[in-house]
Amino acid sequence: MKQPAVTMHNVEYTYDRSSVLRQIDFELPRGSFMGLTGPNGGGKTTLIKLILGLLKPDKGQIHLFGQPIQTFKDWTKIGFVSQKSNAFNKGFPATVYEVVSMGLTGKLGYFKFFNKTHKEKIHTAIKSVGMEAYTNQNIGDLSGGQQQRVFIARALVSDPELLILDEPTVGVDAENVDRFYDLLKKLNQEQGITMLLVTHDTGTMTKHATDIVCLNKTLHFHGEPDDYTSLTATDLSKFYGYPVNLVEHDPDEKEELS
Amino acid sequence: MIADFLHYDFLRHTLYTGLLIGIIAPLLGSFIVVRRLSLLADALSHVTLAGIAFALYIDKRWGIVAISPLYGGMIFSVIGSVLIEKLRSVYRAFQELAIPIILSGGVGLSVIFISLANGFNTDLFNYLFGSVSAVSQTDFLSILGISIFIIIVILLFYKELITLSFDEEHATVSGIHAKWIHLLFIVLTALVIAASIRIVGVLLVSALMTLPVAAAIRVSKGFKQMVIMSIIFGEFAVIIGLVTGYYLGIPPGGTIVLTAIFILIATLIYKRIRTAYKGGSSDESTRSRQYA
Repeated sequence: MKQPAVTMHNVEYTYDRSSVLRQIDFELPRGSFMGLTGPNGGGKTTLIKLILGLLKPDKGQIHLFGQPIQTFKDWTKIGFVSQKSNAFNKGFPATVYEVVSMGLTGKLGYFKFFNKTHKEKIHTAIKSVGMEAYTNQNIGDLSGGQQQRVFIARALVSDPELLILDEPTVGVDAENVDRFYDLLKKLNQEQGITMLLVTHDTGTMTKHATDIVCLNKTLHFHGEPDDYTSLTATDLSKFYGYPVNLVEHDPDEKEELS
Repeated sequence: MIADFLHYDFLRHTLYTGLLIGIIAPLLGSFIVVRRLSLLADALSHVTLAGIAFALYIDKRWGIVAISPLYGGMIFSVIGSVLIEKLRSVYRAFQELAIPIILSGGVGLSVIFISLANGFNTDLFNYLFGSVSAVSQTDFLSILGISIFIIIVILLFYKELITLSFDEEHATVSGIHAKWIHLLFIVLTALVIAASIRIVGVLLVSALMTLPVAAAIRVSKGFKQMVIMSIIFGEFAVIIGLVTGYYLGIPPGGTIVLTAIFILIATLIYKRIRTAYKGGSSDESTRSRQYA
């Protein structure tokens, strides 16, 4: 059997002497679509940064594709779409093509130039997110949803096996959020890319994810969406550390405010 | 009008040097502008002045040319650039602090060296505002070497530089050594400044790095196109500035920068007119939103 994309064993991370994460044990099987949720300050982004090697754990072991993170070199296997992606300088004069090509920079390495195969790859990635009509447009001229698609393409162009997305739908208007998730689902099912998605939007997430993890300093829940949605307000209050009221949703009824 | 420039040796060196810095200044300037470091060039140019003043002071004090002002400026500028990178990592939350620290340090040192040598009169004036007659053949050959070096390095590291400028976090995650690329970039900037000072002068060198880019950014699509356009604008400013400066007897720094400003205004007007004819850019953005 293939090694899981990510395993964390007893991971702990402290910042300014207060612990941000403790006793984190979890496994992200290949091919899964995992939703990671939890309150603000619960350590979601920290967890992602640990996986990406941007932070080093104080304790515990992280394995990526079966390899200890300390010796892991194959970073191009991991694509990352950050929360801050759409906080980039909107005036930056880069076309969609140029932005997506940046996804190949690391994979190619120093002193190498793009050849024909790379250029085709860039076009394929743009096509796979449905942005081919905008190839030569400046990224700053696009809408939030379109920009986020371009960032997905930038992550896809290096053929990642794991795609990590940190709050990718912030700044994307409601009607495009669904299209965005459909795209992720398609990539997960058709290309077998493992997805790890951080989001506050638990409603949408439970519709699409195969696994759900709830994080507030430690892991509070790890299971399937159905189990998550059957949680009671008392359970959730325990995770979040403050009282939570559940609002019943009738999925057929259109929300008035959106 | 340009005939004199091809006829006299000293003018020919100036013209060729001008054409070289018309390429390298906007080339590096493109990265400087998109990384919002426009003031960096100002800081480094003042440190370069300190190096020039140091070289001139040694010459005046002991009557020996230990280092030529070009190399004196270059050494100081490169040291200054490394210090800026260092300061930026010390003051992580106030990275722009590095710029005034280095700038005032450069001016302070310059003042000290200049007064120790009891002033340099015309020479100093040339360094501040540029000169059409100050480029020797040795200077020209040095600047030619530097320019070729800079262009090759930029071509080699183009994809890393643009990736890093656009999104530092993403660049780091994809395995680019951000620290080293930053350092490389800032050292290149220091070299460009030292090479440009003979023509445009300390006070105006940053303008040649940023004004053509400011014009190009308004009318281009994408980064590569912006770089090419800013080089065209830069060349245009240098040629017109040098020729008019020579015939009017004005330091070329002034005429080059004013030409660059006219180009900038022209592009702004052009953009305005084009938007008006197309029925406004607001249409474009609504369209893109609809298809989001």
